[in-house]
Amino acid sequence: MRSIESSGERVFSVINVLLLGVFGFVCAYPVYYIILGSLSDPMAMMKHTGFLWKPYGFNLAAYRTVFENRMIPLGYLNTLWYMAAGLAVNMLFTTLGAYALSKRTMALRNPIMLLVSFTMFFSGGMIPSYLLVLRLGMVDHWTAMVFPSAINSFNLIIMRTSFQQLPEELFESVRIDGGNEWQIFFRIALPLSPAVLAVIVLYYAVYHWNSWMPAMMYMRTRSHYPLQLVLREILINNDLNSMGTGISDAADKEFVAVTLKYATIIVATLPIMCVYPFLQKYFMKGVMIGALKG
Amino acid sequence: MKKGQSTLMPRRTLGERIGNDFKKNHSFYVMLIPLVLYYLIFHYYPMYGAQIAFKNFSIGKGIENSPWVGLKHFESFFDSIYFSRLLVNTLAINVFDILLGFPLPILLAILLNEVRSSGYKRTIQTVTYLPHFISTVVLCSLVREFTARTGLINNMITSLGGEPIIFLQKNEWYRTVFIGSGIWQQCGWNSIIYMAALSAIDVEQYEAAHIDGANRLQEMWYITLPSLLPTIMIMLIMRCGRILNVGAEKTLLLYNPSTYKTADVIASYVYRKGIEDGNYSFSTAVGLFNSVINFIMLLSVNKVSNKLTGSGLF
Repeated sequence: MRSIESSGERVFSVINVLLLGVFGFVCAYPVYYIILGSLSDPMAMMKHTGFLWKPYGFNLAAYRTVFENRMIPLGYLNTLWYMAAGLAVNMLFTTLGAYALSKRTMALRNPIMLLVSFTMFFSGGMIPSYLLVLRLGMVDHWTAMVFPSAINSFNLIIMRTSFQQLPEELFESVRIDGGNEWQIFFRIALPLSPAVLAVIVLYYAVYHWNSWMPAMMYMRTRSHYPLQLVLREILINNDLNSMGTGISDAADKEFVAVTLKYATIIVATLPIMCVYPFLQKYFMKGVMIGALKG
Repeated sequence: MKKGQSTLMPRRTLGERIGNDFKKNHSFYVMLIPLVLYYLIFHYYPMYGAQIAFKNFSIGKGIENSPWVGLKHFESFFDSIYFSRLLVNTLAINVFDILLGFPLPILLAILLNEVRSSGYKRTIQTVTYLPHFISTVVLCSLVREFTARTGLINNMITSLGGEPIIFLQKNEWYRTVFIGSGIWQQCGWNSIIYMAALSAIDVEQYEAAHIDGANRLQEMWYITLPSLLPTIMIMLIMRCGRILNVGAEKTLLLYNPSTYKTADVIASYVYRKGIEDGNYSFSTAVGLFNSVINFIMLLSVNKVSNKLTGSGLF
């Protein structure tokens, strides 16, 4: 493009690259630090100061304790179950609704779109929603993790935009051959939208994986807790009893606690961190389709 | 059915038109049943239920049969010390976040756009998007560990010869930690939308400017920034529509009674009063006040933006 650069521009380039490098470091280092911390000797970790570039000593005791804890695998299983049930409902409701709303011939299309959009800017609030879930008898039941968040309006709009871009002639030819709208939806519209479907599944999956507030409000029995709520007990409330460390001395508990917490974080975050770089382009695609609408 | 048919036919009554529409599109309406039910039950019924803000709600009596009390709950909220405290805290966190957290992703996108090496660019992108995928619970526990007395940040302060600060116990530091951690988590991710807008700029514009002798700073100022303006305005409107929203989740995980003075926000107060204490009517009134102000803000910012820049949400 531009072959000749003035010296000023070269200085700018260098500073730019350095600046971005620093910001990238700030974003990545805490994650790296946690990994190192979780592998370190807890005694050494207590004494260290400043940055950490390699583990202090090497000790897998923290991981052993984490894997011995029953609440973490249980939380994992609960999260996976809420996620599976949630995704099934999310995808069914969202794709069907988005497909119908992508049809310009429907008279009630715009009123229903208005009904949907209005909820993006106004809500009845936390308490009326909570009372509704109480009244529906969903408390302490998996349905409370699934139905109140069945459709995300933003995802619905992404899905609808994508369906609108499919050529109507294609559907017309199926209609002439005698296919009904349901066949068109399942055999043509869905198979033609793999990328957007991936985006929407990922967005909903991340939501279910990270969500804890509904669980805190609606789940009363500990054995129903999703992973994030278990993490809150261990990481935020410092409730290490569930960890069964067998350590009574408070000071001992404190230094074990740090590496133990780091190991817990890694066990709970590693799956998403490993998967994310490969799926990055889908996540970005979602943001871009969402932006087109505006 | 031919396309122009309806216009040639004599005017039909509304009932007939709706009937015909249902006949023609009945499969689509069946597909919409779950969606419409979902929005009516889980979004519009709570709006109807928000009337308990004007009643003395008790679970036994239900929404309809609880007695009306007018503006009592609103008045007692406005009269309490919490009103100004919550309003100031919620606004302060948002205003500082708009001032800092809003421009940074734009800057990041512009700087990334100037990087020549595509490998370096992609690496920085991947790394800066990473924190977005850390859950709120894990993020807050990281913040708590790093800002603790023997945490990473205090280790650095003491190794530089300073005194350790227990950030999350200090009213004056709470907002910095709250906003800073939010920027750390979302800055990269929020830049994606601007990256998308940047990739749509015609390269010829830069070439023409270059021939006219513009340097890169001038190009950024006169080409890149104006091209981003519509996106910036829409994002700003959306952001201002949330000016009284501070996520209850992060606040509940980061604050403690010693920092309530600067940390407590409307959402966390609604949670404490409503879910923990069971003051349903009062907390609904506080939440409704929040929703209404947000909605008014959104409408006004949108109007201003339409006037000034010609682009808005609606």
